[in-house]
Amino acid sequence: MSIEQRVENIKEDLEFFEDELQKYEYIIDLGKKLEKLDEKYQIPVNLVHGCTSQVWLICEQVDNKLIFKGTSDAIIVKGLVYMILQIFSDSSIEELKEIDMDIVHELNLSEIITPNRQSGVIGMIKKIKEYALKA
Amino acid sequence: MFKKDFTYFENSDIVYLDNAATTQKPKTVVASQVEYYEKYCANTHRSNFGDANKATQKFENARKILKNFINAKKTEEIIFTKGVTESMNFIANSYAKDFKTVIISSLEHHSNIVPWHMQGRSLGKGLEVVNCNNNLDFDIEDFERLLQENPKSFVSVTHISNAFGKIHDIKEIITLAHKYKAVVMIDGAQSLAHTRVDMQELDVDFFAISGHKTYAPTGVGAIYIKEKYLKDVEIYQTGGATIDQVDFNSSTLLDAPYKFEAGTQNIAGIIGFGEALEYLNHVGYENIELIEKDVFNYLDEELKKLPNIIFYNDIKDSIGSRSFNFKGLIHDDVGILVDKMKIALRVGHHCAQPIMKALNIKGTIRVSISFYNDYNDVDKLIVALKKALKMLEN
Repeated sequence: MSIEQRVENIKEDLEFFEDELQKYEYIIDLGKKLEKLDEKYQIPVNLVHGCTSQVWLICEQVDNKLIFKGTSDAIIVKGLVYMILQIFSDSSIEELKEIDMDIVHELNLSEIITPNRQSGVIGMIKKIKEYALKA
Repeated sequence: MFKKDFTYFENSDIVYLDNAATTQKPKTVVASQVEYYEKYCANTHRSNFGDANKATQKFENARKILKNFINAKKTEEIIFTKGVTESMNFIANSYAKDFKTVIISSLEHHSNIVPWHMQGRSLGKGLEVVNCNNNLDFDIEDFERLLQENPKSFVSVTHISNAFGKIHDIKEIITLAHKYKAVVMIDGAQSLAHTRVDMQELDVDFFAISGHKTYAPTGVGAIYIKEKYLKDVEIYQTGGATIDQVDFNSSTLLDAPYKFEAGTQNIAGIIGFGEALEYLNHVGYENIELIEKDVFNYLDEELKKLPNIIFYNDIKDSIGSRSFNFKGLIHDDVGILVDKMKIALRVGHHCAQPIMKALNIKGTIRVSISFYNDYNDVDKLIVALKKALKMLEN
């Protein structure tokens, strides 16, 4: 599935909730599904810049694809990390190199995430792109 | 009971509990802004036509109001600035830079830490920090030790901590500092909103004042400079309205306060500042202190009922701000959720990272009250916090 299709799927899921708090409940639940990231990876080199909370993101290359794992010390941000991983993990390096979209805008996250926290989501995407460019 | 004086509360159903960041503006203050721009918008201290004279008169009247409000001896001791940050940077650079040692407290805002770093000072190298105990109380004995070791220092201490609401006994601090020939600047960013300050009674040398945290428009503040220091404080910028005579070889400056107020000032803001102080006179500090103490106590009692809440100081000797966390939760998560429940408060380090690091935390949830807040606001906050905690429990 392409990155665009995955964005559309997440967007549809989020649009299902009219109430903002329900949307957050959903995001919190997504965070609970996040695969545990071993503490040995929760180190400064894996930190995402721009987040008000701490977010760690690591990457593993399998053939021509990148698999991402990540977590956060904040519960809601964990849900955001889950969404970002759903969109970008297991994508081809070529596709990841070309990421050039305002995910916050695409997912209408600007309605539910403050400007400070939006820069954290953008930081995650930048880090994903960095990994792809280095791969 | 005072919300009726603020248009904001007619237009918003937000429970506003971020008063340490900025206060709402009374109708009289907002009206003064509209009146200036609609009826006599002109520059001050320059032109001589009717509206310009009126603007100058209103501007200077604001200086007189502030002078009387804080009981300064003379109007020239009042210098208008953009706010406390500019006031502190101004005195740090134009007066205090040559002092061998600067002494600050553990609870300072970044605006009373970074200006000293900019001068190449660091802990033990021109900068000393007074310890506090585990209730965040200022350690007066440690302060005296530092003064003994570093006589004739520059002491720069906050009156009320923006992050924790802790009140420093600035009278005691100033008296002790003067005993050791130190010069004292007080960061009064949070002061005037909550309590009366009297320059004569305090005998303070410099006192930084915020307008926007004192019900005035943003972008305006002041620095009180005791008369005897006016000639020693260097100007930090020059331009229009500071100058007596200029030719291409040299220039001579006007006297204080004008030599310190270069360029066109925030005229509307300063006039609004005067209006805000008049409004506070109308409300009265007796009422402000009574209401705030009552709401603050109620807030503390209700917060204490919440599970796993962590405080960093008791509320004795505190006012305005109550900072806390919940065990096992990041403050950010709580902040996001209560925002969606129309509660305005602040989460984070509150521009006081050193004390957060000393407490081994990244930040806190800070509720900061004003005299317009009431029990109902506290009740709504508690409902929102309970709901957020429920959502965040595993």
